[in-house]
Amino acid sequence: MKTTRRSFIQKTALLSGVFSLGFDWFESKANTGVIQQMNPVLDANRFNAFLSIENTGKIILYSPNPEIGQGIKTAFPIVVAEELDVDWKQVEVRQANLDTQLFERQLTGGSGALKHSWERLRKAGATARHMLIQAAAQQWGVEASTCKTSKGFVIGPNKGQKLAYGALVDAASKLAVPAEVSYKSRADYQIIGSFVKGVDNYKVVTGKPQYGLDTQKSGMVVAQIVRPPAFGSTLVSFDAAEVKKMPGIIDVVSFKNKVAVVGKSTWEVMQARKKLACTYSDTSNLESDSTHKKWFDEGMKTDKAKVERKDGDFHAAIAKVAKVIEATYECPFLSHTPMEPMNFFADVRPGSVLLAGPTQVPQSAQKAVATLLGVPENTIQVELTKMGGGFGRRLNNDYALEAAELSSIIKMPVKVMWTREDDMTGGIYRPAVRYHFKAGLNEKGEMTAFYLRGVGLNAGNSTRQDNFPVGAIDNVLIESFNYNSAITTGPWRAPITNFLASAEQSFLDEVALAAGKDPIQMRLEWLQKVKTNPVGKITYEPDRFIEVIKQVAEKAKWGKKGPNVHQGFSVYFSHLSYVAQVAEAKIVDGEAKVTHVTAVTDCGEVINRSGAENQVIGGIIDGYGHAMYSKLSFDKGVPQQKNFDTYKLIRGNEIPTVEAHFVNNGIAPTGLGEPALPPTGGAVANALFAATKKRLYRQPFAGPDNANL
Amino acid sequence: MESIELQINRKKVKVEVDPNTPLLWVLRDHLSLVGTKYGCGIAQCGACTVWIDGEPMRSCVLPVSAVGKSAVTTIEGLNEKAEHPVQVAWDELDVPQCGYCQAGQIMTAAALLKKNPKPSHDDIVAGMSGNICRCGTYHRIHNAVKRAAEIASTSTSTKKK
Ligand code: FES
Ligand code: FES
Repeated sequence: MKTTRRSFIQKTALLSGVFSLGFDWFESKANTGVIQQMNPVLDANRFNAFLSIENTGKIILYSPNPEIGQGIKTAFPIVVAEELDVDWKQVEVRQANLDTQLFERQLTGGSGALKHSWERLRKAGATARHMLIQAAAQQWGVEASTCKTSKGFVIGPNKGQKLAYGALVDAASKLAVPAEVSYKSRADYQIIGSFVKGVDNYKVVTGKPQYGLDTQKSGMVVAQIVRPPAFGSTLVSFDAAEVKKMPGIIDVVSFKNKVAVVGKSTWEVMQARKKLACTYSDTSNLESDSTHKKWFDEGMKTDKAKVERKDGDFHAAIAKVAKVIEATYECPFLSHTPMEPMNFFADVRPGSVLLAGPTQVPQSAQKAVATLLGVPENTIQVELTKMGGGFGRRLNNDYALEAAELSSIIKMPVKVMWTREDDMTGGIYRPAVRYHFKAGLNEKGEMTAFYLRGVGLNAGNSTRQDNFPVGAIDNVLIESFNYNSAITTGPWRAPITNFLASAEQSFLDEVALAAGKDPIQMRLEWLQKVKTNPVGKITYEPDRFIEVIKQVAEKAKWGKKGPNVHQGFSVYFSHLSYVAQVAEAKIVDGEAKVTHVTAVTDCGEVINRSGAENQVIGGIIDGYGHAMYSKLSFDKGVPQQKNFDTYKLIRGNEIPTVEAHFVNNGIAPTGLGEPALPPTGGAVANALFAATKKRLYRQPFAGPDNANL
Repeated sequence: MESIELQINRKKVKVEVDPNTPLLWVLRDHLSLVGTKYGCGIAQCGACTVWIDGEPMRSCVLPVSAVGKSAVTTIEGLNEKAEHPVQVAWDELDVPQCGYCQAGQIMTAAALLKKNPKPSHDDIVAGMSGNICRCGTYHRIHNAVKRAAEIASTSTSTKKK
């Protein structure tokens, strides 16, 4: 059966057995429903929709988005199941593969999935429920409005009128799709907002294959790729004679500055690649930490910075203030280091390509491979595997392209695997950035002038110029300057804000101190001003900000914990969610230690309490761990940390306790995979300052050089 | 290449490999037991933890030739039905995020509880600190080890009755 994007909303040939509901996701407003019946045998591999109900009673919910640990495979179906009104225990959840005709926005990034799909998912569930009620009402000869549903049954007004959804499927599928459906009221939610466990838990705890690296296909060979060790150097020549003599080696081929060693097993390939002799171009002028320092210094002085935002006249205002506060903050490059290193499977054959592996953006993998190989997109099939984390790294499909290119050269199905060292030294990092802040206070201690310049290395615009406190300050100047570095970068969980928020929330603490104000009161005063009289364009809602701030002050007992608990506050808006945090530090054996973090999050409706807590707590630990410990440094283009012995990730004996609270106000849900991370660095720096009176300006805070520049 | 006989998850198996091959890759590549994970290859992260005669070991640095007649237990052999107290607790508290590190965490936790059935919070934190979780599930890991100890103690006390 051929479907086009448009024809997908048409009714298709009806074959008995399965009731399946699809939507035209391509019309943003008119997401009209359509019933499709499909033959489960013929279409066994084709995922037509978000839900299907078989006449046996089996309910299958499809989750189209790549699962990376953010819990989307559990959260999406929760919404459908809620509006469908079934028992969570009744449903089976399956991962859908890439299907650009059936699903829109099949990607993981920007914490945008729920925001994008909330209405669509509710409609999918509610439409099916209404049609099942309709079918039952017709059968009983009663008004649909007198029927209700409960846990997968339609219940009629008269005694004994109770039918399971499965028994109504055939009749329901012959009805017209209602244009409008009503949704459950929040008070009736049974599943949304409850503690729902991950749908893959059984597979995880019993070690079932699920991840890209677990891929095994018939005839598959394995490969590892040797890339230039220094960013900016190129491969001049290589000698693979010794490699080819090693046991288990099938081939050694080169493409795009890389040499791929292909073999029968992982260990044999790992051993053989050590024998590869490569000559690279001269590396003496490549970038080192000292180069980056020089660039940062120059970037702070240049008159070529781009103005990102201007309110009032900063320069005139700062000349007149009573007090000026200035500080410079800096962060290093970071590797994403998901626990599962990069890998991808590709089988390129004449007329068909099969790709399988962990990617946050399967559709762009399909497109990029089509371009690379010069084949039509619809000949490329992409299987989505579960991902052992990603944190933004798998938004870049470089490793999928490598697999496809290699398979097309060697004409074999191949799994390309990156070792941890390949993964850590292979690029696409969180960019290093330096920020300079300047604030002017008038006699009353009010901030009347605010300046920020961000200088980034492959960071693009390293500011978020329209974010709070902008909107509350009369004179604002925000500038960015970018250096093109040979070191490759990409989005890293909460791009830019992962450090910008830390620096800014720390700086605002300095401002509060200089103004003699409580940091929380200072924010609340500003937000009042934004409510009544905002300066310029703002992108946030002041009331939602105020609510998380007030709640965190109460939950963390702000200022009321006695002299031995040193608190630090921070609040940040990103990915349309609001998160306020209070970190606590104590002096333990003469050293300041962060012991606790309290967070209040407004992400609208909380879909899955368990998943939401996991994301907030995980985001805070991620933010804390990287702020404290992690750093990637460079010498002549070569990353100096190659594995977890020198690149430190936080461990379980180093974590503060975390409390995650939610406003849960019923507003349409917004992102949660990222927004808890940005505020953490600032709350932590402020708590450590409260404990030690020493301000931390450079990450990692536990590193040797964390002082102001 | 050598023919090596191993005892894995209570079954005898034979593999033809270079004797220096780490057990991890024998499990994953030659025996299709991919539940044991690769994270670093240098004994830093614990993702590859298996039991050798009941002792937790990092299979990424353990040459298969060193295993000898010892019994190897992997995540697949812990309890297929997910009924081991640690597996039950892991699900009950919904520990996994991406899940990738969890096989190693579970094997470490189950070994810890065998040695120390009633661990204190500090025992748990210290015992689990060798395993990295990039998703930051540490709090739930600690709570789940505690919960697993409770589950184990109630089931043994019921058995005794
Ligand atoms: S893979 Fe063995 S400890 Fe990391
Ligand atoms: S759950 Fe993702 S690394 Fe632990």
